[in-house]
Parts: sequence; structure tokens; C-alpha cells
Amino acid sequence: MRLSGLEGVVYVLPALAFLALVLLVPLGMTAGLSLTSWDGLGPIKWVGLSNYTALISDPIVVTAMGNAVVMTVFTLAIPIVIGLATAIVLSRITRRLRTLWRTLLFLPAVIAPVVVAVGWRLVYEPTTGLLNSLLRALGLSSLAKPWLGDFSLALPATGIVATWMEYGLVMVLFLAGIQRISPELFDAAKVDGAGIAGEVRHVTIPGLRYELLVAIVVTLIDSFRNFALIFNLTRGGPGNATVVPVLEVYRRGILHGRVGSASAIGITISVVLVLLVLGVLWFARRRDADEGSA
Amino acid sequence: MNRGERLLIYAVLAIAVAFAVAPVVGIILVALQAHASVGGSITSVTDLTLDNLGRAWTVGAFGSSLGSSAIVALLAVPATTALSVLAGYGIGGLRFRYSGAVLALFVFALMIPIEDGLLPLYYIWRAFGLTDSYAAIVVTEIGYQLPFGVFWMAAAFRTLPRELVDAARVDGATSWRTLVSVGAPVVLPAIVTLAALNFMWIWNDFLMPLIMISSEALRTAPLSISFFQGQYLTDITLMAAACVIVAFPVVTAYAFLQRRFIAGATLGAVKE
Repeated sequence: MRLSGLEGVVYVLPALAFLALVLLVPLGMTAGLSLTSWDGLGPIKWVGLSNYTALISDPIVVTAMGNAVVMTVFTLAIPIVIGLATAIVLSRITRRLRTLWRTLLFLPAVIAPVVVAVGWRLVYEPTTGLLNSLLRALGLSSLAKPWLGDFSLALPATGIVATWMEYGLVMVLFLAGIQRISPELFDAAKVDGAGIAGEVRHVTIPGLRYELLVAIVVTLIDSFRNFALIFNLTRGGPGNATVVPVLEVYRRGILHGRVGSASAIGITISVVLVLLVLGVLWFARRRDADEGSA
Repeated sequence: MNRGERLLIYAVLAIAVAFAVAPVVGIILVALQAHASVGGSITSVTDLTLDNLGRAWTVGAFGSSLGSSAIVALLAVPATTALSVLAGYGIGGLRFRYSGAVLALFVFALMIPIEDGLLPLYYIWRAFGLTDSYAAIVVTEIGYQLPFGVFWMAAAFRTLPRELVDAARVDGATSWRTLVSVGAPVVLPAIVTLAALNFMWIWNDFLMPLIMISSEALRTAPLSISFFQGQYLTDITLMAAACVIVAFPVVTAYAFLQRRFIAGATLGAVKE
């Protein structure tokens, strides 16, 4: 490694300026505003931590946090299971077919979330939507439901769309990881007479530890970044059945002039997210260290 | 592999692909229905027409919003890619004291939800009278894309063989000359990947333009389909056609550059 003095700094400065202007300074301001009762127009009044303490007993915020946990199941846990299964399957078919299937499975990840939301509304539409039309055509009319209008179905129905958007990404990550595992390890498992299940348990999953870590971090962050999906699919409804923190930040900050409270929610999400990500990284490092010394 | 295992593999694959593709195919078929009733389920898979696309294009004024999106992309994608290359070269190629700390700052920004600073940012732009302008969207998009871009390019320049850079420097080349004639050409695939990803993320962005833009003339394509949905939700064929129109540019780019897109998504892990 060579230190070129100040020369490298010059190349970084323009990017740093944009980062500061668009992300870091506003983030600091959000932290400041979270300690005020500002309405976006009038004078700014300090209220200390009262915005934060109010969140704990705020029923909408509590609902939004609970929904965020459910969305994490659909955005993180389920995509990782499906992504792993499909990656294992894809690693066992011919290369040409694999590229084709991989391209198709990744397609949902490149479509704009707003288009995904509008498209899935057409799928879920109660009377003429694709899903209910299909169910009726199959003679399963009793299963045709008002998916997004039902208080207990709306959140899982929204979650399935999140799964749809996410699992292709997880799959390509795992597939790339499997292709990096040394073929000798798979051969050794075969010689030992391990079936697919044995190979997956003893070779594939241990070999994907790094990819699993990346997948968890990326999907964890995405679990909280679902504004375009929720806003265009349900607007948080029916009632507050699908409200999530980032939607509540928008409603309070932009629509209802409660900038202080909105900022407090935003800062809370960020702190929770950064702690979760650091926790995952710490856990992974500790496990590596344990196995290294074993 | 025995027969049972093979069967299991193809069953899993069939379900996964059907889940990914069926909604897309369904929406495209609805968009192409010839006899469009307002209800608009799929009545035929052979009698197809482009009429709904034309109708949606006119009714939803997608010419204007796709134009806005194109202007934003044409300004923001080259700018953010260029700034990422410069910063990535400084951090990963030249390196300097604290370059690790600077990189950590960009990675930190990658972790936090960008929406967090959006409210104050809106008020900053408003103080300058610049909300509802291309300038606000373009500058904000550049800043939003930089954390990944700098992280990505720093990693790319770090893989640059040191001998290449040193040889150029011994020949008396400046750091700029070295970047242009040695560094950038070697990491060109990473630059193309980054540009493709930046295009996708900027084109697809929704919340930031939603907050910054109020006039109809400046609406980007994702904004216009959202407003369009509010007005024409019951007209399913029209909505499906609008989906096809807005998704088309990025999906087309994906069709040609799918390896680059996937390499970026897997942080360069794809070698195939």
C-alpha cells in the first residue's frame, strides 16, 4: 500500500460534497428536528425527547413497528429460504438453461416498485383481478377474496409482493456463491454417499456463509425501504392494517405537518437498522472466531 | 442424481419461475387484450393488440413523464458514475491517510434509510426556491447513488494490479493521466455495471420525486403512473398498459445488460 499524500483527497472531494449536502447534513437536521415540535412552517420549539417518549404509547407507531416485523419475515426470511432452494436447483442444471432461468427469476428485481405495486393491484383486484379470475376459472370461487381490502389478509398479501420482489436477488447471490465452492467438496460428499440433502447440509450451506451474511444485511435494509410498494398498493390500509414506519414518516412529515414526530420515527428506524446490521455482523464474526479456534 | 431428486429439482424450479413470471405475463396479456371491457380480464391469448398502449400513452400523458425521467437520467447517471469513478480511484487506487475512514462514511450512508434526511432536504431546497425543479431531483439523485457507487468503484480500483499504476507513474504520468489511460480502461466492466445500476435506481425512484415535484410537467414516469392509478384504477387494461410503458426502458436495458445487472446485484460475485 502506498500513501500518495493529499492527491487522493482531491478525487474524493466532489463526491464527499454531494454526500454531505444530500445525506449527512439533512440526516443531522432530522436528528435535530426530532427534538422539536416543528410543523414545517412556524417557529421551531424545542421539546427535548418528548417526541420519542410519545412514540412508545402511540398506537399507530406500535402497529407500524409490528407490521415492519411481519414485512421482515416476507422480505428477509422467506426470500432467503426460496432463494436458497432455487439457487441449489439452478446449480444442478445445464449452464445454458441456468442463465435463462436466472434472467427470468431476477426480472422482478429490476421493475420499478411503483409498477410492481400497480401491477399487483391488478392481480389482487377483487372482481376482475387476475388472481380471483384464475381461482374462479379453476372452480375455487370460495377462495376468491378481496385480498387487499380484508383486514387480516392485506398484510400477508402485501408481504407476498415483497417476497416476489426480493427472492430473485437472494437467489443470484447464492447461485454465485455455490459456483465458487470447490467442486472437490461436492465430489467428496458424493463419494461418501451423501444424497442431495447431505450435500446441501454439509457442503452448500457452510460454503455460503459469506453470501448468507450479505443476503441478510441487504434484505434487512430492504425490509424497511418499502415506501413505494406500500404507498401504491394499499396506502397503509385498510385502516392501518398495512402501515409501516416509512409510510408514517411521510404521512406525518409531509401531509400532517408533524415534522418533529416524523423525524423521531425516522431516527428510530435508522438506529434500529444500524444496530441490527451491526448485530448481524458481530454475530457472524464471533461465530467465525469460535469455529476458527475449535 | 436419482429420478426422485431430479423430479424434485424440476418441481421447485417450475414453481419458483411460475411465481416470478406469471404476474408479469398476466399483466402484459391484459395490456394487449383486443376487446377491452372496463373489467378487462384475459379473454383471449391470441387476439392481441397494441391499442391499449396507445390509449394509455395519450390519456396518461406518458410522453411528457418519460421525457422528464429521461432528462433526469441523462443528467444524473453520467454525473454520479463519473463522481463515483473519481472517488473510487482516490480511495481504492491512489489511497491516502484516512481513505479507509472516508470509505466507511460512504458505507455507513449505504446502511441508513435515505428517506431519513428527505424532510430537511426538502426544506433546504425550498429555502433556495428550488423544489419542483430538475436541479433538485438531479442533484439529490447524484447524492443518493454515490454511497453504492463509491463503495463499488473503490473495490474495483483496489483489484487494479499495482505494477500497472506504478509503471505509469515511473513513466512520469500524473495521477489523472494514469486514471484515464490505465485505470479506467481496466475497470471498464465495473463502470458499465455501475452505470446500468444507477440508471435502474434513478429511473425507478419514487419517494424523492414525489416529495420534490409538484407540477405535472416535471413528473417522472413512476410519479405519473401513481397519479394515473388514482384516477383510472377501475380500467384494468389501461392500468396494465401503463405498467408496461413505465417498466419498458429498464426491462429493455436489463434484457441487453442482464449479466452486468446481476453482477452488480451480487457485488461482482458473478463470473459466468
